[in-house]
Amino acid sequence: MIETHTSLLLVVIPLLAAPVTAILPNGRLPWLLTLAVSWLCFVLAIWQFMQVMDGSVISYELGGWEPPWGIEYRIDIVNAFVALIVAGMAAVTLPYALLSVEQEIPKDRISLFYATLLLCLDGLLGIAMTGDVFNLFVFLEISSLSSYTLISMGRQRKALTASYQYLIMGTIGATFLLIGIGLIYSETGSLNMVDLNNRLPAVFEHRTVHTAFAFIVVGVGLKLAMFPLHLWLPNAYTYAPSAVTVFLAATATKVAVYVMLRMVFNVFSTGFAYVTPTDDMFLLLGVFGVVFASISAIGQKDAKRLLAYSSVAQIGYILLGIGFASALGLTAAVVHIFNHALMKAALFMAVGALVYRIGSSHITQIRGLGRQMPWTFGALVIAGLSLIGVPGTAGFISKWYLVLAAIEQQAWVIAIVILAGSLLAVIYIWKLVEALFFQPAIDDTKSVREAPLSLLVPTWILVLANIYFGLNTELTVNAATIAVQVLENIPQ
Amino acid sequence: MRGPEMWISELPPFVPFFLAALLVLVTRGYLQSAIMLAAPLLGGLHLWFDVGPNIRVIYQLLEYDLIVMRTDQLSLVFGYIFHIAAFVLVIYTLHLKDTLQHVSGLVYAGSAMGAVFAGDLITLFVFWELLAVSSVFLVLARRDSTSARVSIRYLVYQVLSGVILLAGALIHYRYTGSLAFDFIGVENPGGWLILIAFGIKCAFPFLHSWLTDAYPASTPTGAAVLSVFTTKVAVYALARGYPGTEILIYIGVVMACFPIFYAVLENDLRKVLSYSLINQLGFMVVGIGIGTALALNGAVAHAFSHILYKSLLFMSMGAVMYRVGHAYASDLGGLYKTMPKTTVLCIIGAASISAFPLFSGFVSKSMVMTAMIYEGYDILWLALLFAAAGVFHHAGIKVPYFAFFHHDSGIRTSEAPTNMLIAMTIAATLCVGIGVFPQYLYTILPWEVDYWPYDTTHVLAQLQLLFFSALAFVWLNKQGLYPPELHAINLDVDWFYRKLLPDAGRFTYRTSRQLTDKLSTAMKISLQGAQDIFRSTPLADRYLAAWPTGSMVMWIAIILGGYLLLDHFL
Repeated sequence: MIETHTSLLLVVIPLLAAPVTAILPNGRLPWLLTLAVSWLCFVLAIWQFMQVMDGSVISYELGGWEPPWGIEYRIDIVNAFVALIVAGMAAVTLPYALLSVEQEIPKDRISLFYATLLLCLDGLLGIAMTGDVFNLFVFLEISSLSSYTLISMGRQRKALTASYQYLIMGTIGATFLLIGIGLIYSETGSLNMVDLNNRLPAVFEHRTVHTAFAFIVVGVGLKLAMFPLHLWLPNAYTYAPSAVTVFLAATATKVAVYVMLRMVFNVFSTGFAYVTPTDDMFLLLGVFGVVFASISAIGQKDAKRLLAYSSVAQIGYILLGIGFASALGLTAAVVHIFNHALMKAALFMAVGALVYRIGSSHITQIRGLGRQMPWTFGALVIAGLSLIGVPGTAGFISKWYLVLAAIEQQAWVIAIVILAGSLLAVIYIWKLVEALFFQPAIDDTKSVREAPLSLLVPTWILVLANIYFGLNTELTVNAATIAVQVLENIPQ
Repeated sequence: MRGPEMWISELPPFVPFFLAALLVLVTRGYLQSAIMLAAPLLGGLHLWFDVGPNIRVIYQLLEYDLIVMRTDQLSLVFGYIFHIAAFVLVIYTLHLKDTLQHVSGLVYAGSAMGAVFAGDLITLFVFWELLAVSSVFLVLARRDSTSARVSIRYLVYQVLSGVILLAGALIHYRYTGSLAFDFIGVENPGGWLILIAFGIKCAFPFLHSWLTDAYPASTPTGAAVLSVFTTKVAVYALARGYPGTEILIYIGVVMACFPIFYAVLENDLRKVLSYSLINQLGFMVVGIGIGTALALNGAVAHAFSHILYKSLLFMSMGAVMYRVGHAYASDLGGLYKTMPKTTVLCIIGAASISAFPLFSGFVSKSMVMTAMIYEGYDILWLALLFAAAGVFHHAGIKVPYFAFFHHDSGIRTSEAPTNMLIAMTIAATLCVGIGVFPQYLYTILPWEVDYWPYDTTHVLAQLQLLFFSALAFVWLNKQGLYPPELHAINLDVDWFYRKLLPDAGRFTYRTSRQLTDKLSTAMKISLQGAQDIFRSTPLADRYLAAWPTGSMVMWIAIILGGYLLLDHFL
């Protein structure tokens, strides 16, 4: 076990930077500070990831209190992997945010905006790092409250409704989680994850523990937009400022998936999940999520909303991977967390670039833009191919493992659903491509310039990452394989 | 010592094409043309001189070994003809100023090479999908609303084929533990799925409508390009995976026979050629189904010569389209006066497809027919004979006759561009060359053959067949019995999904809509009183606005409750 303060810095730096940002004068200074913090976090996250890549564990006792009494930060490869995704996405999103935010957010709120964004980043990193379930709830609330604020800053008035709706739903989800945590605390008297894992088996028969588990699964399921608890997501993603949509789509639901994995597999255990209807529920809701959300995506008239529904479908794939309750299925789920963050962030960035130029993401408004913004269009096509799961892109790798897992379980229907989901994805991505490239522009006389470089470069970094991780799977698949061993409590 | 040569011979044949596609993207003018010509030329010379059989190139992805290149005599023959065809087609398209078509054409040809040299099913799948995605642009590039709709139908069919191939491959893997692309057979469900995937690309009956839908809707040059690769990759895949699978004989016979009727009725000459393409594929599929060395050689040889004469025919129709703007039999005629060279070249193609002695179709088709007699399929042999006569009727006579002769339509245009003429001349020369000197084709065939097509019985029988078929055409035409060329739509299986399915869908939707409407009216009436009261309160607006939130809370309750109940009782 390694004792180090680095991991703590990942949570402390954004937390301290947030109030500083808030009092900085509006302008580019808040952005610069946030950028510096996010890049610093990314470097720390990479360092931390390399420390635990071999399967070792970093443990840090907060305030010198020994666990299980004090709060423990316990970093194994699963934490480090999720922290890496969060910090990495923040680091790519911030360069993109500068111009996009200057256009979409009133000038007098810019420093507040970045302060909130830092808090959100801090909350998400905190969830990824902590080894204490109550501390996890606190960070979940930090990230949630800040994301409500961020969403409400969208320039349409509907952003307020969307944010309010998310606030209500998110609060219910968080309350459910808290009820669950309270119940297991009353049964075991402990909040430390490792300690809980040792104490809970003794009381597995108790009805209270079963009820607690149900509350936790449903509460976290709401936060990760499990179908049909996803209704908050389309509105939130559609009306939030572009940069916020990119950041939340790439990280927030992924972190919630991590919480689900950690709770189900490490706090409780695989064996416990088997005696409850959890795995069947994941499979059922996963299948329905993939099918219904994909079909809903086809019917959408707004590009951001279309991608939001596609996110719900992708969450369905992840749930299927977890529901298989096999090493292969879990690997697929963990790999897809990473790959989906890459592809969806790239897609939302491309759409955000369209919004930057024409101020709308409505399908009829973006017609014909593909010819005038070829680089944005190219990014959207390649990221779209990755979403479909075309070989040579990251999306193919996760689909591949998912189909293998389905076949391993002889779950033919689910295998067909996964492949049919790809076909549906072809249709909705095609809808964007057709509107952008093959339909005449609404106004031929008006020429639209290509998006500025500060938007294009982050987008293309992610697009190239999609291709890179489609060809070189060493990082993702290796990390996922070790992570699955940690989750399943297989001794290293 | 052999280091660099080894490396050279291990360069997968798709690489030059993909590289060229990248370069074509950023170049224009003469440089672009030179690159396009260089890819098939250098690639082909390299394949002919440097690459022998028994080469395997392995690339590791995940924990799987992808065999990106595997050569033996079967894949090499297809490699040769694809390079020749690609070269001819590049010349044919040189006049185009459309980088989209050039790039997609090169990627498309390269994917065909990739598929033919793929040594395992996953590599095959990758190129299978690339074939689909790259070729759709040859349809789309016409840039009108019809081609946009056609292309999405085409893409759905092609991608579906790929998805079925992947599913089949994975199931096949579970049964056999091998992903190698060798003999597959139909012993397990995976094998059947793969056969269906191949069948879609090979235009099996009922799975063929994408072909007759998309090829006539593609660009003037695109149809010629499309006619070469997709279906022949499928023929190769069948020859590799399913030689001697008996069901293929029957499928092949149906494929050879049914398009005849459609082809006779059809007015769009490119659609006539599409149907005759399916008919020709039928002969190859029969050969693969018989599975003897002679029959397989026949199938491969027929694919070889077919690529040349079919692309020649499509190229001649493309030239007509380029000059006149369409290829409707009813509105053409008399073009020989202004396009004499194209006319002669088209007739050579027609003679080849009709299997006139001394033309390429004769020396390859007769191999399949002979093999069929040897194996005792007499009745099916007669069916194929009928199909062979039909080919002459619709492709051999109808296409040149209605386009270039018939009544003079009054169209006065000019001869096809030089590059088109050069391309068609090369193809025509090869057609005649193979017909006169078949021994050169026979030496590169995968299996040992001791076969010579030019004996008295063969030649006489074939000539008799052709003359009677011609007689039938002349007589029907004189008597006014020949189906007139009209602007009409002939119903094919695509009627099911283009008409029946949407109509059924609309009907179901409308009926269910009416039902729910009635139901809700009934409910409305009964609840009217309560609603009126509710609507008059200020609560109403708030309730309606908050509906999604409310419904989600309901879902939470349902899921939590259902979960707890299940947990309790299970």
